[in-house]
Amino acid sequence: MSELLEVKNLSVSFDTHEGELQAVRDVSFSLHAGEVLAIVGESGSGKSVLCKSIMKLLNKDARIKSGSIAINGVDITNYSERQMQRIRGKVFSMVFQDPMTSQNPTIPIGKQIAEAIRVHDPKMSAEQVHQRVIELMELVGIDRAEQRCKLCPYHFSGGMRQRSVMAIALASNPRMLFADEPTTALDVTIQAQILDLLRDVQKKLGTATILVSHDLGVVARVADRVAVMYAGKIVEIGTAEEIFYDPRHPYTWGLMRSLPAYAQQGEKLYTIPGMPPVLIDPPAGDAFACRNEYALGIDYEQMPPMFQITDTHYAATWLMDERAPKITPPIGGMYHV
Amino acid sequence: MSEILLDVQGLTHHFRLSKSAVIKAVDDVSFQIHEGEIFGLVGESGSGKSTVARCVMNVHKPSAGSIYYQGINTCDPAQFRKNRKLLQTSRQFIFQDSTSSLNQRMRVADIIAEPMQINHVKTPRGSDREEAAFQLHYVGLDRSYLDKYPSELSGGMRQRVTIARALSMEPRLLVADEPIASLDVSIQAQIINLFAHCNREHGCSILFIAHDLAVVKYLCHRVGVMYQGKLVEVAPTRELFENPLHPYTKSLLDAIPIPDPRLERARVWHEFDPEQFDRNGTMVEVKPGHLVLKGEKA
Repeated sequence: MSELLEVKNLSVSFDTHEGELQAVRDVSFSLHAGEVLAIVGESGSGKSVLCKSIMKLLNKDARIKSGSIAINGVDITNYSERQMQRIRGKVFSMVFQDPMTSQNPTIPIGKQIAEAIRVHDPKMSAEQVHQRVIELMELVGIDRAEQRCKLCPYHFSGGMRQRSVMAIALASNPRMLFADEPTTALDVTIQAQILDLLRDVQKKLGTATILVSHDLGVVARVADRVAVMYAGKIVEIGTAEEIFYDPRHPYTWGLMRSLPAYAQQGEKLYTIPGMPPVLIDPPAGDAFACRNEYALGIDYEQMPPMFQITDTHYAATWLMDERAPKITPPIGGMYHV
Repeated sequence: MSEILLDVQGLTHHFRLSKSAVIKAVDDVSFQIHEGEIFGLVGESGSGKSTVARCVMNVHKPSAGSIYYQGINTCDPAQFRKNRKLLQTSRQFIFQDSTSSLNQRMRVADIIAEPMQINHVKTPRGSDREEAAFQLHYVGLDRSYLDKYPSELSGGMRQRVTIARALSMEPRLLVADEPIASLDVSIQAQIINLFAHCNREHGCSILFIAHDLAVVKYLCHRVGVMYQGKLVEVAPTRELFENPLHPYTKSLLDAIPIPDPRLERARVWHEFDPEQFDRNGTMVEVKPGHLVLKGEKA
């Protein structure tokens, strides 16, 4: 598999009144063509900022401090806005969390999809554009597209709206799709439909997807690989099997243990103690140390490096060091077959 | 079985959109909540869960049917007026969005004390402020939050304040409309624990509305499933999850993503076909406590 996207040592900061807020700290990962990478973590862990900084959609007060972003081997870190506009849409597009606010409520769906097509290919005739709109609507599972392309978003249910947002995102045949919590605003049944759709589209078009989510169930359904983020850093990354059956980082353990799906009725739900750190002046060592019941002395002083477990599985915790005491993880291997 | 606290009988609520168009948001729904029980109401959006909650709390006046709270028919204006104080203090509502349900310009202490002032309740702990501090402590926040504004708090903390406000009246029935939908996983766990704690220690009954079935499975004693304004199945939690009978319930349970990649990928999800839904059925008790909507055809 070739590396479609390669992010190396990326750090992104915001300038605020209180000082510099380090939203993304030294993140490295790669995305292969045609795979689904899920990024999980609490709100404020820098998931969305990471996605937006790759697409360079951040406000002016944010800046990429260091690191590089390469697409197909071409470094785009220093691209100007004009250069970015040329590749946005063709290379990557985005599906946002709330389908209601990412569409114009007064313009018919068909027209909004057509707009996205025209921007990327202004030479298309009206007839061709219409053909393509219908084709896209059918691709994302909106039937009776001929009639429905004339309807406005408020005629649509939440699931249908999210489908049409996906149609807009796919209009320009992107090679990479960012889906930022695409199902959080939706019901379980609609969520299941949208997730199946995401997988279908991904299989049909071979689009690589970065899925941002805080729902581990959703992640298990669609992701090939999973990256766990905490306080602006990727603390663990691996294939879905490795993360779910053999998690190594205490934060990943905490996330999984707090799921009601694993708990029995009557038993108290596990909660991760404390609060995530403020990223203005983050702590010197491991940012998770003060909430971590397995923290070692060194965690408070020195940032743990990424320890390699297998070819694909990495975790940033001192527990992986050979000098660390051996700890049986409180979770993992749950439904081992 | 313990005493029945809330008895909803044949509740129907229609929204009239125009002269000809009527939406049957809730259609002939009946269920009971016992003293000290957590009753979960699940269903997709638009299935009428929130309308049921709003009718129970007298926000909407139902088109038909009656709701008895401790034997008082709350839909009858004369009975409501007579028992107004009891009804307004011992039933409390917790909303989904804590940002919009807290006044941005009031301090936490005033927010929690407001219902006590409105209802002229004598505070057992001296001053309103002391009472507010006690309630805050109960939901896991310390005194330093008393003088903060809602905008200074995180989502989880704000939701705790709304719970503290509701608990300040020592309610016997809490109606919680999707209280955790807008929260993070780790915060969700804290709030769920808080609800379980309120129920165990405080003995208050909870009508818990949610669309996250994993939470409902963990928290609730009994569950009702709603679809298109109809209650299609009511059963004790365990029974419902192990032995769902209505096809919609089955499809709903199937749709819950399991945090296990191998199981999850192997699963095929069967979508419920709305065409097959028979609105004109009656609730049939299949097993003790397990009711299911049986269509006329079947």
